Amino acid sequence: MIKTEKQRVVTPEYLFFEAPRTRSYITGSEAANEAVRRGNVDIAIAYPITPQSETMQQVGELYAEGYLRDYYRAEDEVGAFAAMSGASRTGVRCLTASSGPGLMRGLETVASWPGHRLPLVFLIMCRVINAPLSIQPDNLELGYMLLTGNVVLHAENQQDFFDYTLAGFVISEKCEVTLPVAVAVDGFFVTHARGWVEMPSADLKLPARECYSEAVPMIDNENPPIRIARDAPIQKSNFISYQMHAAWQQEIQAALERSRQWITRYLGGLIEVVNPGAETMLIASGSAVSQSREAVRQAEEAGKEVGLIKIKSLRPFPGEELRQACAHAKRIIVPEFNCIGWLNREVRSTLYGWVDAEIADGPRVCGGITMPTEMILEWVFEGKPL
Amino acid sequence: MKSCTPYCITTGPAGLLPPAAACCGIVLPEKGQGLVEGRLVSEEAALEVMAQELLSRKNPTIFPGPLVLWAWKEGVSEKAASVLELAEEIPGVRIIPMPDYRPIYPKIDPEAVINPCHPNLTIWYNKIEVCVFVGVHCHFANITLRMIRAGTNCYTITLCHSAGHEDSMASLPFCDVEQVRALTEAVRRLKRQGLRPRHGDACGIQLTHAQQAVEAGLVWRPA
Repeated sequence: MIKTEKQRVVTPEYLFFEAPRTRSYITGSEAANEAVRRGNVDIAIAYPITPQSETMQQVGELYAEGYLRDYYRAEDEVGAFAAMSGASRTGVRCLTASSGPGLMRGLETVASWPGHRLPLVFLIMCRVINAPLSIQPDNLELGYMLLTGNVVLHAENQQDFFDYTLAGFVISEKCEVTLPVAVAVDGFFVTHARGWVEMPSADLKLPARECYSEAVPMIDNENPPIRIARDAPIQKSNFISYQMHAAWQQEIQAALERSRQWITRYLGGLIEVVNPGAETMLIASGSAVSQSREAVRQAEEAGKEVGLIKIKSLRPFPGEELRQACAHAKRIIVPEFNCIGWLNREVRSTLYGWVDAEIADGPRVCGGITMPTEMILEWVFEGKPL
Repeated sequence: MKSCTPYCITTGPAGLLPPAAACCGIVLPEKGQGLVEGRLVSEEAALEVMAQELLSRKNPTIFPGPLVLWAWKEGVSEKAASVLELAEEIPGVRIIPMPDYRPIYPKIDPEAVINPCHPNLTIWYNKIEVCVFVGVHCHFANITLRMIRAGTNCYTITLCHSAGHEDSMASLPFCDVEQVRALTEAVRRLKRQGLRPRHGDACGIQLTHAQQAVEAGLVWRPA
């Protein structure tokens, strides 16, 4: 008997909140792999790229052990992501993963998933995307992902990577959501470093995908969205109306909004707030949260209370939550691991007109270097230019 | 400091491209609740409003979708029968199906079907001022509802098998045979209490010209 058939199906609520957990000291790649083991995944397809490869190699071992029903290496990222489209349309639970340049190569397909209402989980192990070539962590690629209509979760550490991945399958397949869920993590800092991860028994797994209870019918070559992939450009007014196209685009955003309640239920909210009363607030996602936590601790040692808002969900973006958490703030600092400051832009557009705080334009690192806590503290204490 | 007022989902025409209600802060009801014009209410209150609107507005029409038109799983036939039972209680009601979601070339026959590509054509042609969606996949129901709100004055009711629809004026989630029968009972109760239906002189389900032709064994060709 294959191993997945020996696992006991339990409800997501039991698996996430009630099942006893044991601690393991594992890498982020291993944490994602352990989530897949418990995820009742049908098919995993990817193309190798550092730092994603390690996870997908391990997922290959899960296939060999009998936890997955199918697994293969695609010809490239375009092929991998297109295969995801086909697999998800047939109603099975799907997983893929990529990093930096690989994600950029397949981005057209990634951006088509939400419109086709395809539930799946897409693991993103962030790395530098632009020249000069580097395999180091830098999350510039998430700036592009924010525009695609995917749900985008950004994990801080190994524990998050396990929890978000497992919850991602369930959120993705909720009827009112029916969208791909991207679970991003900063490469190497998390994927190749060890941390404590609490996990339920590997004898448990999620229920299978209920493909007949989703927002669109499964594969059917006579009906959109499948037919859209087959036929001429949908902009042709005798194919579907412009108004339908517009309403369809709106529906992707509406579905993203509906995912809020499930992210709140399964991940405990779209944000986490440390020192909510502080006048200076740090806002960060991913590894920048860990660096900010340490900066908050060091600032406290120096006699200054600094707050921290961890953003778990980049799409949907926690607008209302941020407005409330920053209502009292006088200074907001946004540490980031990319040169363009996509999170800073999000924060500014969300808070514009809602708060009186000054929003600092940094600090940022890029190209794969880490962010020393001293760098954050400089912005806290020395008030770098706004 | 900014503040915002609650968004309401009222009958249109709402303009070229009204926003998706979910993006305006309207959330879906839980099991046992309903949604009326964007407000969460009890299931009973939602049923009451639906019954009232179905009896008092012009040309009530039921739009059954593939999930109740085809006996694709156990229980569907029973649900379809309950929808017919509801129809029989609404004087002057018509039933125009949304059998699938295919784009129809070169144009739809608005007497025969409603189609998500041009739902407004069916609403306008048949002068429908209140309608019920039942058994339509949620994605297509949502985009259709938004287009109806944009361009017509039709009051939209959704009996959803899943989580409900923010863009309809009245919505009931997780709607099974029991809830459809409860709506039928609400319609009966209002009539017993003296509410005179808008089309009180009409008896039973009204066939469209297309349906009359088909019933008479003729091949129907739209004009």
